[in-house]
Amino acid sequence: MSFDPSLYFEALFSKSYLKGAVTAITLAVLVQVAAVILGFFLALGRESKNTLVRGLSAAYVWLFRAVPALLILILIWNALPQLLPVMKEAWFSPYIAAFLGLTLLETALMAEIIRSALASIPSGQLLAARALGLKPWSAIWHVQIPQMIRVAIPPTGNQFINMVKMTSLASVISLQELLYTAAQDVSRTFSYAEYYSAAATYYLVLVSLFMVAQSWAERKYSWDSSTSKRLSRVSRGRKETQNA
Amino acid sequence: MHETAPLLQATNVTKKYHGEAVVKNISFETNTGQVTAILGPSGSGKSTFLRALALLEPIDGGEIRFEGQLVGQIQKRGRRVNASERQLASHRAAIGMVFQSFNLFPHMSVEQNITLALKVHRRGTTSENRHTADSILQKVGLSGFSTKFPSELSGGQQQRVAIARALALGPKIMLFDEPTSALDPELVREVLKVMESLAEQGMTMIVVTHEVGFAKNVASRAILFDRGEIVEDLPPEQFFSPGNSERTRTFLEHVL
Ligand SMILES: Nc1ncnc2c1ncn2[C@@H]1O[C@H](COP(=O)(O)OP(=O)(O)O)[C@@H](O)[C@H]1O
Ligand SMILES: [Mg+2]
Repeated sequence: MSFDPSLYFEALFSKSYLKGAVTAITLAVLVQVAAVILGFFLALGRESKNTLVRGLSAAYVWLFRAVPALLILILIWNALPQLLPVMKEAWFSPYIAAFLGLTLLETALMAEIIRSALASIPSGQLLAARALGLKPWSAIWHVQIPQMIRVAIPPTGNQFINMVKMTSLASVISLQELLYTAAQDVSRTFSYAEYYSAAATYYLVLVSLFMVAQSWAERKYSWDSSTSKRLSRVSRGRKETQNA
Repeated sequence: MHETAPLLQATNVTKKYHGEAVVKNISFETNTGQVTAILGPSGSGKSTFLRALALLEPIDGGEIRFEGQLVGQIQKRGRRVNASERQLASHRAAIGMVFQSFNLFPHMSVEQNITLALKVHRRGTTSENRHTADSILQKVGLSGFSTKFPSELSGGQQQRVAIARALALGPKIMLFDEPTSALDPELVREVLKVMESLAEQGMTMIVVTHEVGFAKNVASRAILFDRGEIVEDLPPEQFFSPGNSERTRTFLEHVL
């Protein structure tokens, strides 16, 4: 059997693969955003003065670092509706199940990344903020979060790239993302190479785009006056074009 | 009574770490315009005491009053308890603190470092605050540095920005914890000069330092710390005179 380029290109530019890619990307973005926010609070929980909060946060991280993603997805999609009748209703789609499952997992991983990013900030920073009369949340917002972001960008970028690929696991709960779409074509035609290559091409392009975005974000956080001028010029330029 | 209350008064202040007192029952007061130099061996509790005065550490005994008003603690159901971080925030605004390691915010420009406190305390419009920053920067000899970032400055410049940042809210007292100890020797002078001019303008200051010259020439009072206690408290002329106590002499021989 040989590789049929026309099948490959047909799949690559078909609506169903594009839709699969959009599903994968939106899911990955939503999961990542939710996990960053929830993971931030979980990281604070792990440092809490309250023993119960600290214990529960640690238990959460322990649990979701241990259980494989595939197993979580299957549990949520198949087992949860048996336990909770509301999950049997139509709103509980594979997309929502995948979002839930992947977010639960990713939150645990992001909490660890954010926790070590927070720990990397010298203690004098918080001391200086407190000495200036900043209240706790104000110090977190103005002093700790910006410095945390810089440290957390590279590992979070890697997490996100992983997440784009992880969405393919949701094909087992029949989410119509890229892998599921390709697998359906394959099961009809047995043209493994063409259809799976088309799916792989999408991942390649998507991941490459995000790697470019990641290095831009890392440069943005270099904290010197030339970068700050360049960036404000860029955003000013953008505003002017919007106004025009 | 209030006119006569000391600007800052610590009474029987004790601070413990892991059950061990590192500041032991210290009483100390200072009035407007006084410049106090605190000297003493490393580990004697100087920084801890300064942090307690700056309301950055809850104390385990005694009390601190600012202009006669109890700070750092509140009355709750007839008992005195440590104030919360939120309650402390406003009291801290009247006390400026400068650290050995500068602790500038690396993600902010010089101007943003200086105006942050003004912004969070809602002290003025953005353009007013920019003006304030410019005039304070002039005071510390750094006009034109407002768009620079800390990583682009020398240690001496960073420490002068840190002083400017601490001055932004118009504190009534400035606390310095070894402000020149982290600096290369050739950069010490520029920071001391800024502190000297602050003292000349009547700023109340407490300075933990090993700079004997500064203590002699700028301070109006010199204190020796040893093992969590004040063991000497004299005008500098007497503190540094040969007829001083054994303990002070031994310490000074050690530093000089
Ligand atoms: N945050 C802390 N936790 C525990 N011990 C501390 C802490 N800060 C200071 N100490 C201890 O308290 C003592 C006094 O320290 P410090 O006030 O820094 O002295 P100095 O500034 O005179 O060198 C030292 O023994 C130090 O180890
Ligand atoms: Mg010290």
